[in-house]
Amino acid sequence: MSPRPVAGTTIDASLAPERRDAVRYLLILLPATVVLLVLFVYPLLGLVDRSVYKRGAGYTLEFYGQIWRVPVYLQVIGRTFRTSALVTLMCLALGYPVAYLLATLRPRLARLLMIVVVLPFFTSIIVRTYAWMVLLGRNGVVNQSLTWLGLTDMPLPLLYNQGGVLIGMTYVLLPYMVLTVYSVMHGIEPGLIRAAHSLGASRWQAFRRVFLPLSLPGIAGGTLLVFILSLGFFITPALMGGPSDVMIAMLIEREVEFTLNWSFASALAVILLMLTLVGFVGYNRIVRLERVFEARG
Amino acid sequence: MVAVEDVSATIEPGSFFTLLGPSGSGKTTTLMMVAGFAYPTRGEVFVDGRSVAGLPPQKRDLGMVFQSYAVFPHLTVFDNIAFPLEIRRARRAEIRERVGEALELVRLQGYDRRLPRQLSGGEQQRVALARALVFRPRVLLMDEPLGALDKKLRAHMQLELKHIQRHLHVTVIYVTHDQEEALTMSDRVAVMQRGRIEQVGTPAELYEAPVSRFVADFLGESNFVDGMVVGAPTAGRWLVRAAGGLEFRGVGAVPLQAGQLVTAAVRPEKLVPVEGPVGVAQTGAVNTCKGTVEEAIYVGDATRYRVALGADGAVTVKVPNRLGLRQPAEGDAVILAWSPDETRVFPRGEA
Repeated sequence: MSPRPVAGTTIDASLAPERRDAVRYLLILLPATVVLLVLFVYPLLGLVDRSVYKRGAGYTLEFYGQIWRVPVYLQVIGRTFRTSALVTLMCLALGYPVAYLLATLRPRLARLLMIVVVLPFFTSIIVRTYAWMVLLGRNGVVNQSLTWLGLTDMPLPLLYNQGGVLIGMTYVLLPYMVLTVYSVMHGIEPGLIRAAHSLGASRWQAFRRVFLPLSLPGIAGGTLLVFILSLGFFITPALMGGPSDVMIAMLIEREVEFTLNWSFASALAVILLMLTLVGFVGYNRIVRLERVFEARG
Repeated sequence: MVAVEDVSATIEPGSFFTLLGPSGSGKTTTLMMVAGFAYPTRGEVFVDGRSVAGLPPQKRDLGMVFQSYAVFPHLTVFDNIAFPLEIRRARRAEIRERVGEALELVRLQGYDRRLPRQLSGGEQQRVALARALVFRPRVLLMDEPLGALDKKLRAHMQLELKHIQRHLHVTVIYVTHDQEEALTMSDRVAVMQRGRIEQVGTPAELYEAPVSRFVADFLGESNFVDGMVVGAPTAGRWLVRAAGGLEFRGVGAVPLQAGQLVTAAVRPEKLVPVEGPVGVAQTGAVNTCKGTVEEAIYVGDATRYRVALGADGAVTVKVPNRLGLRQPAEGDAVILAWSPDETRVFPRGEA
């Protein structure tokens, strides 16, 4: 028998492997892309269009001028960013240790703790916010306990002020911080901490020089996520804040619901979106987010 | 569950000591107890005559190299190696000098500013080695450090590691499941099984004079024949009669007695095919038996034969290939000769 090519092994030479991969990836991305284009990009363009269009007067920048001229709008925007930053810091301070426990506890206990962390996601945010109002009100559980213990004579104002907003928002956003930080900590090889110990590092030194730096991508991702979610927060500040705790999302809602000034609401929304994007880009400059999401290890 | 039952060994300063055993034999657990990552419920660990059993790992001053390299991914090669020195608050100039020396030792000069992800597996392992040696630890512990490398690189690193160990005169405790690696590198080897040390000795002692069937089987290759001790020993050689009628003499690995059920072990290269009848079998100076070559496999440096012994099964014979030497062919009748001194006899019943 003369030698001939082995049958059964067909090599498709029509497309280079990279090209074929590219086509496959595009096909995988197609449905999501279509959904985003129809349900996100298209309405967004409509929003931008509405923000610069006044019925009867044609295209105008009048609404943006109004935001710039009337001090209260800039104040609200400033407050929104300040509140979001505070909430982010509180989530980090509370969430980092929880994530650390999740990543280092024995698997059984860690699973239990994980359930506790994720549980709030199964309940409506409105229910949970009302629950906080019950706890923090003038005659709420917290104030009654404090009075009963003799720690205070009068009920403390815990609700309808900035403190209430911070407590409520931190509570709602904490799991996002915990889960993001945990996902990075989980990927830190325990052998590295052992290696640090074998080289003479104490527990604190091993944490400070090895664990903490390796968990930084988680901190970066978690703070960014919580901060951006905070910027658009509506329900919690609306229910738990006072008249002077208005955030930008509430302002937008008011324009839509009561004033029916949709163009002005659109302009506010566009400003919020722009500021968020600027913040994202600036943040990305500092922490290089693509590194956060690149393959670890 | 008990991972390590009873392990005692004394390791000479400056020597290369290996814990060898199959997975689950307790070798890594033993090493972790020395390192301080596992605490023994009973027993002691002494380093330089001082007990360290109560100390956490960071206070034991032992260098350790892990199978997974455990090189810090966020630090450069230089900072990785400088890590133990910085922990010990060494001065900058000293750090620079000693890291330089360590880099030279593992032949990674010029790599100091690279990050681990820019290095190959072998290079990362060198960084781990330099990092474990740079603070001049009292003992260097290594847990299957070459397990993740490919065969060729592993052989190369074995020699290099041995060279570095001799050069620095550092005491090494090495864990491996690879018997060839253990024989190549060690001054002394402890063969472990089921949480116990089966035998401690030099590589030659373990290979030539195993004390149990397990050691004879785990290190290198052995032919095993079951039989029974017949009569008292002559000149320390016991006469063994196999179930199929074959009789031969061998050295008892432990004290034996007449009538005891035993297993005898002979290495394949100790069996020599000879031509013509050999009349010395009765004198006891040489063991002989008749067989038929079933199979001959050429493996390069040697030819391996499968020789059927009739009722006593078959044995493997390994003959070095030399030009001009007449080699038996498949189907040939041969006579095998071997020395009683190279026949180890173990009591049967133990695994």
